Amino acid sequence: MSTDDPPGTHAVELAGITKRFPGVIANADVNIAVRAGTVHAIVGENGAGKSTLMKILYGMQRPDEGTITVDGTRVDFHSPADAIRAGIGMVHQHFMLADNLTVLENVVLGSEPRAGVGLDFRAARKKIREISTSYGLDVDPDRLVDDLGVGERQRVEILKVLYRGARILILDEPTAVLVPQEVDELFGNLRELKAEGLTILFISHKLDEVLSVADDITVIRRGTTVSSVRPGEVTARQLAELMVGSALPVPELRESTVTDEPVLQADGLTVVTADGRKVLDDVSFTIHAGEVLGIAGVEGNGQAELVETLMGIRAPAAGTVRLKGEDITRLSTRRRREAGMAYIPEDRHRQGLLLEASLWENRVLGHQTRPPSVRGPLLDRRGAKADAQRIVDEYDVRTPSIDVAATALSGGNQQKFIVGREMTGNPVVLIASHPTRGVDVGAQAAIWDHIRRARAEHLAVLMISADLDELIGMSDTLAVILRGRLVSWVDPKSVTPQELGSAMTGAGDSEEVA
Amino acid sequence: MTATGLSVGVETAPAVRPARRLAARWYLLIVLAGLAVVSLVRVITGAEDLTSSGTVGAALTAAVPIAMAGLGGLWAERAGVVNIGLEGMMVLGTWGAGFAGYQWGPWAGLVFGVVLGALGGLLHAIATVTFGVDHIISGVAINLLAPGAALFLSKQYFSDAPGGGQKQSPPITDAPRVSIPGLSSALDTLERKHWFLVSDLAGLLRGLTVNVSLLTIIAVLLLVGTLLVLWRTPFGLRLRSCGEAPVAAESLGVNVYKYKYYAVIGSGVFAGIGGAFLAISSSQFRDGQTGGRGFIGLAAMIFGNWRPGGLAAGAGLFGYTDAMQLRGSDAVHALLLLLAIALLVLAVVQFLARHRVISAVAAVLGVAFGWWYFASDQLPPELVGSAPYVVTLLVLALAAQRLRMPKADGKIYRRGEAV
Amino acid sequence: MSRLTPRTVLLGLAAPLGALVFAALVCAVILIATGHSPADTVQAMITSGKRPRTLVNSLNSATNYYLSAVAVAIGFRMNLFNIGVDGQYRMAALLAAGFAGATWIDSVPGPIRIIGTIMVAMIVGAAWAGIAAILKVARGVSEVISTIMLNAIATYLGQYLLLKLAVPVAGSNNIGTRPITEGGQIPGFDWPGSTSKVYGLVILAVLVGVVYWFVLTRTRFGFDIKATGMSESAAVASGVSVKRMVLYSMLLSGGIAGLVGMPQLLGSSHSYSLDFPAGLGFIGIAVALLGRNHPAGMALAALLWGVLDNAANSLDVAGVPKEIVAIMQGVIVLSVVVAYELVRRYRVRYEQQKVGRELGMTRVPAAAGVGA
Repeated sequence: MSTDDPPGTHAVELAGITKRFPGVIANADVNIAVRAGTVHAIVGENGAGKSTLMKILYGMQRPDEGTITVDGTRVDFHSPADAIRAGIGMVHQHFMLADNLTVLENVVLGSEPRAGVGLDFRAARKKIREISTSYGLDVDPDRLVDDLGVGERQRVEILKVLYRGARILILDEPTAVLVPQEVDELFGNLRELKAEGLTILFISHKLDEVLSVADDITVIRRGTTVSSVRPGEVTARQLAELMVGSALPVPELRESTVTDEPVLQADGLTVVTADGRKVLDDVSFTIHAGEVLGIAGVEGNGQAELVETLMGIRAPAAGTVRLKGEDITRLSTRRRREAGMAYIPEDRHRQGLLLEASLWENRVLGHQTRPPSVRGPLLDRRGAKADAQRIVDEYDVRTPSIDVAATALSGGNQQKFIVGREMTGNPVVLIASHPTRGVDVGAQAAIWDHIRRARAEHLAVLMISADLDELIGMSDTLAVILRGRLVSWVDPKSVTPQELGSAMTGAGDSEEVA
Repeated sequence: MTATGLSVGVETAPAVRPARRLAARWYLLIVLAGLAVVSLVRVITGAEDLTSSGTVGAALTAAVPIAMAGLGGLWAERAGVVNIGLEGMMVLGTWGAGFAGYQWGPWAGLVFGVVLGALGGLLHAIATVTFGVDHIISGVAINLLAPGAALFLSKQYFSDAPGGGQKQSPPITDAPRVSIPGLSSALDTLERKHWFLVSDLAGLLRGLTVNVSLLTIIAVLLLVGTLLVLWRTPFGLRLRSCGEAPVAAESLGVNVYKYKYYAVIGSGVFAGIGGAFLAISSSQFRDGQTGGRGFIGLAAMIFGNWRPGGLAAGAGLFGYTDAMQLRGSDAVHALLLLLAIALLVLAVVQFLARHRVISAVAAVLGVAFGWWYFASDQLPPELVGSAPYVVTLLVLALAAQRLRMPKADGKIYRRGEAV
Repeated sequence: MSRLTPRTVLLGLAAPLGALVFAALVCAVILIATGHSPADTVQAMITSGKRPRTLVNSLNSATNYYLSAVAVAIGFRMNLFNIGVDGQYRMAALLAAGFAGATWIDSVPGPIRIIGTIMVAMIVGAAWAGIAAILKVARGVSEVISTIMLNAIATYLGQYLLLKLAVPVAGSNNIGTRPITEGGQIPGFDWPGSTSKVYGLVILAVLVGVVYWFVLTRTRFGFDIKATGMSESAAVASGVSVKRMVLYSMLLSGGIAGLVGMPQLLGSSHSYSLDFPAGLGFIGIAVALLGRNHPAGMALAALLWGVLDNAANSLDVAGVPKEIVAIMQGVIVLSVVVAYELVRRYRVRYEQQKVGRELGMTRVPAAAGVGA
């Protein structure tokens, strides 16, 4: 499965890597060969095992079987310190920075230059400034990380890695939170690093980016390597099919079920953070019964705040929300739910479930004031259990029983349960935030199916997603959110994923988006 | 402090940008202004004790245990572990000092107090770091265990010792005291003139430089040392990173468990020092001696925004109220007026910072205390003892939100579980 | 939460039993190290424990401890640490005693007096806890520190109020509130073989326990409390107003705390004086931890604590400092929380594996959240 290269030119070689966790095999017989001085992309869908693999390469986990070879020498990592010593550096998807410490303190942590017993601040500052200028990173060592923007923070992460003399960089989903210019800046930096002889492993599921910046691509599916290709040899669609292993499910809507009746209206919603930044800027839209409004956007452009405002978790600085004509802007979350708003939250573990409670108790969550979970002020345990069982049956939630704690289920089954719960009780509007994120393909298809059916029964749906196919396939109306504003409205029937992606990253000047 | 438990109340208030730390000269000005106000109150009320060197000396003595407890809290929380058990560890320190102190002198007492305090810290560390027990519960358990253990050992070892009893140790000789030569009489004369501001300054300086226990000096050195170690050495940086972003620290090869252990055991050491100091300066160990100072130390730490300088100021403030109640009812009565003025000043400051509600509350309280002062001759002696606690509550209530706690404080950390 | 299988029952008991055994071992070691015989100590305690008077006192102590534990447990369920039960019950007992002993109340019919006294106690307890609640909700002040401060303030305020309300107690240096006349007292139950009586209000303790169980497992409010304690973010997303829950929960906790002194006040001392039992709040914390906030578990723990405390009284005479029991109790608390944590981790792993096995091993890791 490795590309044909003379031995000795590989910066990293993974052979036969296997890793098991209780109840699950994360990686099975993974084989990857990375050529020195190249950008090597590793693609796979969520849950395929990419992150576990990178944790193994970085020393945060130990493989059960298999070998790692760096620059021709076999290595055995017991901790990140070992990997760092071997010249490997990792830039995590979720930045590992301490907000209350300065850039300098974050960068030198664990490898501090010493002056006697104390920390040699001057030497540290000097070295950081040097690296910063030679790689074009432009970072000020004495600023508090809390004050930095997203792109700057990522550059600090890269600086951290370079400071330790890394020659092999692992970047985990680096563009997930960047806006278009920042992505360009990043790719520019990567090219400079490559020119200095560094090797880069780039983990992503954004296929068009991968195709534009990588020299080699390895596809991982369900814990194993599936194939290794060069970008010139494949299209994005072929790559996607390699990732999924079968023809992609195409979420297509049949005929239009959009009616005239407005269900949810947002008018001039504006949300301001403590330091005066507008995370939502004058957002307005109307969703009718039977309509799915999709909102496309790169994470961090205001989607989370929009959802919180609509659900009553956050108060807007300006604007109103109307449900079936009634102003609910001042209404509490509980009242909104009682009025028929259903909510599939973005983070099912933190917002959608009580992990240590049983499934039937989770049936009650969010519906504590209405039957069947409740009768008057009392819980209706029998009703809740019966309904939980119904959801399990109707939504194909794989679980041995409804008494099992929610944490024991897989992500896909947890999500199916949540969808089932929220769709119960005839809601009038469903707010679905990344409804199929981190969910296996089968569950994804099932969830789309349920939403489609509910839509046919006049449910209004607001769908936030970063999955372009999902958005295009499921939406009746499609809007793009960028920096807190709805910047373009596109026709889902005619827009292509590339056009949508451009609009989402704000690079849509050259393309005419319908 | 919202260490463990719910985050209610903190999220909803518009997160105020924590004040940028002021340059040193501003602090000096504030201190002088404060002194002027106190001086004014002294002149008005005639309560000389407000700024007498005797009071200042007593305040210093009272402040040290609080400051040491607070320092213990600071070390632990900077590494992300909440230590409510400081009170219990302090008790162990008092007993240790009593046990070794009456037999082998105050320095042995200090060492023994430290050792026992460290043992308490070790217990807390094992429970919270290795076993992942909730920090508050472990702390409460230690607070239940320590006094019982101390009393048990007391009955065992002190009952038959000369000068001792079931609940107290035989007397301990005091640690040596020092003074800066030459100043004492000059300052004393100045102080007795009762001139506005000058005499108060003299009293303040005299209290700080005359007859100061060596233990106090050690305490001050420890405060300065903490500042240097935590903010200017690699060890300190790593320790702080465990409290701010332990996952980041782990990813860079820092052994988070190790530093948390150091920090929590260190926290026990400081609590032990505080307890030892308390016993030595009271000349014996007594059951119940600590009287909640471990908790007041935590309050001082919060007041000081988790920094040694602020902690010292907070401890000084609480020590001052503690000392005042021993000086007689006139002094305490005058405190009411001082408190009233402080609250009114706070009300103005908060008003300018556009916190209307807090400003109003502070103003109302200020007026209430002022009215109480003028409407009465004396404060009932029973209420006097509550002064430090009331002040603590007021500080927490009116100032709690401009603080910046270590980001991962109170969170249970387990290796390899990226949050 | 899961069904009651033999396995879950065993797991549920493993932690407290393990902790007890461990604590007993530690104390045995301490006794030997300080020159006492563990066997003799145990013997002395058993002898004392069998006496009817000790049993009655144990039951009475247990009643107080149980009420205190329930008060603490209400907070614990929501991740709130109401360490202030101590101050709350003392303020409540003092003011209720003043109310019940007032001269003008003597002519009011009995049942009304008693109910009135209990109401006063609950209101005062709730109010004292309310201060901490408001500070938390409005200013984000940790209830741990504020309740501890309020405990201390309650001590001093209590002394002041006692002086105002007090009359000297005949034949001693004690002062106390005016004793409650017979109409406002609650008779106790006789116990064969002893002149001491069991508190009549042991019934109240049982009632409180039942109501606690019912509210938590069968009502919406109880569900909200548990949900907020388990995951604040999920509770918020489900519509719970966390601020309101904190307020209600603290007020409720304070109200129950107010009841802690009632069995003793109305059943035996009939007056609040300088030697009214102190420290019951902290014992409540220990009992709640040992009983895992479960109504039945706390009852057992309270009984255990009561027996230990009262049987220990004879130890001083036997030459063993009775504080060995205090040490044992402290060790029990520490080891029981460690044990619970270990059992919990084991149970979670076990369930995950069980589900994994029953559904067949999957290739793909259980995708939790974003990416795996």
